[in-house]
Amino acid sequence: MTPLLEVSDVVIRFPIHSRIAARLTGQPSSIEAVAGVSFTLEAGSTYALVGESGSGKTTLARAITGLVPIEGGQVDFAGRTISGLSEAALRGVRREIAMIFQDPIGSLSPRLSVRAILAEPFKVHGETADLDGKIARLLDDVGLSPHFAQRYPHQLSGGQARRVSIARALALRPKLVIADEPTAGLDVSIQGEMLNLMRDLQRKFGTTFLMITHNLNVVRHVADRMAVMYLGRIVEEGLTDDIFKAPRHRYTTALLSANLKAEPEAASYVIEAEGETPSLLNRPKGCEFHPRCLFKREVCRTAMPEEQMPSADHRFACHNPA
Amino acid sequence: MSPLLDIKGLSVSFRTPRGDLKALRDVALQVGRGEIVGIIGESGCGKSTLINAIIGLLPANTGAVKGHIGFDGQELVGLPINAMRKLRGERITTIFQDPMTALNPVLTIGAQMTAIQYRRRASTSEKRRRAIEFLEKVRMPDAARRLDQYPHQFSGGMRQRICIAMALLTEPDLLIADEPTTALDATLEVQVIHLLRELQRDIGCSVLFISHHLGAVAELCGRVAIMYAGEVVEQGTAGDIFRDPRHPYTRKLLECDPGRITERQEILPTIPGELPDLVHVPQGCIFRDRCPERFALCGERPPEVTVRPGHQAACHKARELVAS
Repeated sequence: MTPLLEVSDVVIRFPIHSRIAARLTGQPSSIEAVAGVSFTLEAGSTYALVGESGSGKTTLARAITGLVPIEGGQVDFAGRTISGLSEAALRGVRREIAMIFQDPIGSLSPRLSVRAILAEPFKVHGETADLDGKIARLLDDVGLSPHFAQRYPHQLSGGQARRVSIARALALRPKLVIADEPTAGLDVSIQGEMLNLMRDLQRKFGTTFLMITHNLNVVRHVADRMAVMYLGRIVEEGLTDDIFKAPRHRYTTALLSANLKAEPEAASYVIEAEGETPSLLNRPKGCEFHPRCLFKREVCRTAMPEEQMPSADHRFACHNPA
Repeated sequence: MSPLLDIKGLSVSFRTPRGDLKALRDVALQVGRGEIVGIIGESGCGKSTLINAIIGLLPANTGAVKGHIGFDGQELVGLPINAMRKLRGERITTIFQDPMTALNPVLTIGAQMTAIQYRRRASTSEKRRRAIEFLEKVRMPDAARRLDQYPHQFSGGMRQRICIAMALLTEPDLLIADEPTTALDATLEVQVIHLLRELQRDIGCSVLFISHHLGAVAELCGRVAIMYAGEVVEQGTAGDIFRDPRHPYTRKLLECDPGRITERQEILPTIPGELPDLVHVPQGCIFRDRCPERFALCGERPPEVTVRPGHQAACHKARELVAS
């Protein structure tokens, strides 16, 4: 397999204080939302970025599409470097990378019909020949009947709205689709329908998916590889099956054990992580997970753990792994 | 002792251009004192309408409200607005899904936590002290200092703890938690659930916990009601519902939960079909069109079958559908 997307040592900072205010308050002038992240996405596969809100998943995804500037590192897509490209140059890239946003109704303009919403990507990229035929095919691809073209977003159920946003993302047959929490807030049955649909489309068109989620139950069933993020860094990365079978980083083990099962009483064995996620303004010294870790040692307070690779397909950074 | 919340035959409809939408039909639900009851159901099943009916916040296009909502012996259906206001925020409090929009972004936490104590005759410093005490109860480190911070200065998990502290500040009889963990990651979700259970024991209130996360409900709730398209189709103890579900909808819902499927699946199970139209409510069983167990009798309204004391399922086949 060939890599479609290579993210190498990407750093993304957001300014929070002017330089003077930073000096006066003793706080840094910017926060590192993403602090040196690398991973590779194989063509035709599904990759999941997992982590709590604020761990930098969405920021990273937005940076890949060029919506957020990166401060360090490099993003390569289909054999060319796309980080640092001008807006004009990015336009060509953007037709190959589509996004599905978290809020399905909110991401569809309430004043446009489904037809107009689906026509937009074709118009932007000047492919207006046989527009109605293309729209009918798109609706068919996502399992909606042609009469949905006349509807407006408020006339759609949550599941139908997701199908329309998937159809829009697929309009220009992108190589990569970035799906930000594609099943958040969905009922289990409709969640299953969406994931099955994405898998069907992946088979049919060879689309590569980068999925951002905090739902581990979903990750286990759909992702080939996964990365666990904490405070803007990848703490563990590898094949999904390996990580679910034998998680090594203590944050991953806490995350997996906290994944509640619908089995009363049996559920109660949970390794709880202590306390709260620290602020990016005030990153802990040493291993950044140590203030919440039940397995910390002295070294965890002082030294940041090196990345270890137990196999070619698995890496993590922990002083006292499981 | 009578249950704290005793809902009987509750029906609520909304006026729409297409006709009356029967959002809740003949709902019966009881919440005992000190009990934690979970409600599970997909969007559109009437969970929110049920909550809004209890707290008297049904929208302006509400049509007929029939039946009874008994709260500590008092009838809430048709209760004058002033009497409802005395209960709401005092004896019945609510935690919502999104802690950011539930808090006022331009006021400090302390200002909001003292403002909601407006009914208490106490000095501002006394109210602040109580706010600190409750922030400590939800394990907010350094509570006294953080009282002067704004909502954006807290993480998502912390914000939800603040909402919990605010909801419990009046020591309510009934706490309604409407999907309080949906916006949190797994580690924080577990913390919030354990915290809720601990505080519930501490304060002794009853909790109505609404969620579509089956795992969270199983972990927290003693009793569970399953709603579908405006009806309670099954209710029982958490053990009854998760180990011996008798309504086909409950059974399908549990089958669909990817958390219960231990082997990696290529194709995830779903419930084919769509929710019925609640303007023209079909005759007979409401789940009939999507039900794998459907047979001739389902054209008639199913009886409320008591599987065992406290475990009811509205299905003609409830006695036959035993755990496989």
